[in-house]
Amino acid sequence: MLDIKDLKVSIDGKEILKEINLKVNTGEVHAIMGPNGSGKSTLASALVGRDIVKIVKGSITYMGENLLELSPEERARKGIFLGFQYPVEIPGVTMVNFLRTAINEQRRFKNLEPLSSADFLKLMREKQELVGLQSKLTDRSVNEGFSGGEKKKNEIFQMALLEPKLAILDETDSGLDIDALKIVANGVNKLKSKDNATIVITHYQRLLDYIIPDFVHILYKGRIVKSSGKELARELEEKGYEWLSEE
Amino acid sequence: MSDVNILTDIKKELIELYNYNSGQINSNVGLQVNSFREKALSDFNVAGIPDRKNEAYRYTNMEPFFKGDYISEFSHDTFFKINLKEIFRCDVPELDTYVVLLLNGFYYQGNGMQILPENITVCSFAEASIRYPEIFEKYYSQNASTSVDGLVALNTLFAQDGIFVYIPKNTVLEKPLQIINICYSFKNLRIFRRNLIVAEENTKANIIVCDHTLCNRSYLTNSLTEIFANDNSFIDYSKIQNENSLSTQISNTFVNQQKSSNLTTNTITLHGGLIRNNIFVNLNGEGSENNTYGLFLCDQQQHVANYTYIRHKKPYCRSNQLFKGILDGKATGAFNGKIYVNIDAQKTEAYQRNNNILLSADARMNTKPHLEIYADDVKCSHGATVGQLDNEALFYIRSRGISQKEAKFLLMYAFANEIISKINVEYLKERIINLVDKRLRGELSRCNNCNIKCG
Repeated sequence: MLDIKDLKVSIDGKEILKEINLKVNTGEVHAIMGPNGSGKSTLASALVGRDIVKIVKGSITYMGENLLELSPEERARKGIFLGFQYPVEIPGVTMVNFLRTAINEQRRFKNLEPLSSADFLKLMREKQELVGLQSKLTDRSVNEGFSGGEKKKNEIFQMALLEPKLAILDETDSGLDIDALKIVANGVNKLKSKDNATIVITHYQRLLDYIIPDFVHILYKGRIVKSSGKELARELEEKGYEWLSEE
Repeated sequence: MSDVNILTDIKKELIELYNYNSGQINSNVGLQVNSFREKALSDFNVAGIPDRKNEAYRYTNMEPFFKGDYISEFSHDTFFKINLKEIFRCDVPELDTYVVLLLNGFYYQGNGMQILPENITVCSFAEASIRYPEIFEKYYSQNASTSVDGLVALNTLFAQDGIFVYIPKNTVLEKPLQIINICYSFKNLRIFRRNLIVAEENTKANIIVCDHTLCNRSYLTNSLTEIFANDNSFIDYSKIQNENSLSTQISNTFVNQQKSSNLTTNTITLHGGLIRNNIFVNLNGEGSENNTYGLFLCDQQQHVANYTYIRHKKPYCRSNQLFKGILDGKATGAFNGKIYVNIDAQKTEAYQRNNNILLSADARMNTKPHLEIYADDVKCSHGATVGQLDNEALFYIRSRGISQKEAKFLLMYAFANEIISKINVEYLKERIINLVDKRLRGELSRCNNCNIKCG
């Protein structure tokens, strides 16, 4: 599904990712772990096409297509979703208006009729339940006045609505209490299928107690220095990141 | 030739125009209106057309807009032959209002004189000035001092028609009153419009004013409205400006509020060449509340300036100013907002905010708050921003599959909606949402109501 080859990326002229190689197949969950500043979020940014990220070298192929040629909205319409580390507050844009526009733009891309208001609201309620987001969203602006936990749940809620093929969750666990963490993880697990894939980016192992990865990669100073099964996460938790520099 | 000389020439020309036509102008109205002419003439002679040396007009250069080749019409009969009903219809059928048309500054005869339920009077300013001398004596020109601004003096000098609204004590205007100002002439035209609105004690009214230009000609409108809101009156005054790019409008609104009155003006500027709104508010009675809101959208070479002067004269009053602007192309805008708190106006609450978004590198916005506070127990605040659309928000929206164009639109609309949401006539709000939507998408370049496709 996703094939990253020799990816070299810089931000503001500073080289952040040095040489990334990563393959993700459908049905898989990959965890990318690493200390602060190792380039985790930069990798997520490169995948969704943020313009501050400059691709110096390498390629990203997604479902047989050159991903780097696509705009952020085209990537989203083709099924890529990013759960933001810091979801943006957008005063004045209501959740309903925002999400309905998003769903209908994606439906248009798939040559489907737009959803009616009633159908959309029904779908919204359904998905809200799935991720345990109880807040009344109809009158609220996107992320405005949301608590940290609500913001993260809101990301998973949007993911549930948009049903992506490849979901990238950037530090979705940060700022969550244990109950919220379980709810978020539960949401991710329910959405998992053999046709989609998830990349979980995290600093800590604790989210991986609930979302069980098939592969764990350690990103360190812009390079994937180790890839293994889920046991690697536990090893990291015990030893910390220091041992990486020793190896 | 320098600006000063041009303005001096225009001043001379206008004074000559008045002197030549004064017989005709004076014959149409009551004594009270004529009694202000002499002072207006001398004040205009001193002040002239404001130039940039005038602090209030620092960001609005009036000179090029008065230079044009305009005619003036002073006879009421000239426009009365036109059958407006054939060329204009309001395209908001759900908007259940009392509709009154004004044509080139004159009260359109087809309206007739309207005595609405409960003796609320809506009629021609000229007719009212003759019929109700006692009301004119009490209110006319009492709040709009001709020494304040050369353009106020100029309007008072030429004042002869417009609309008159009188809401007697203890009455409620059940449906909104919709005043539609139409510019319709195949020659470039100077228009002087003078309105007087009086709401007596314990009244409630919703007034909507729509400005339209129906021909592709240049109109120079100098409009002045005095509103008197007496004790416990609740007045909502919305103004929708939608004129062609060749037109210039100077709109002066003078509000005088008494005890526990509540008055809101909401000025929505959709389109126009140059639009200059001056809003003067006097809070003359304890416990009165004023809201002055405005939204303007401009592009190309347009210029929109809002000037406010909120004067707190009595204690326990509250005022709220909020103006928002979106500027594209080479448009320029200005906000010049003043709050003045008298020494006795303790417990005043006065707030002011002006936020602007520039969509292009060539658009310019000047914003200048001005607070003058002489009382010591007050709450006042002001804030102004000029910025671009939030890039982080844009990216967040796009990352959900929404195109850049649509994402920008969502953000602009959200920005504008803070003002639109303050409109309390539901159908009007929907209509404005629709017009702003079209305007922001670049689909509104002329009046929608116009049956003459003038471009």
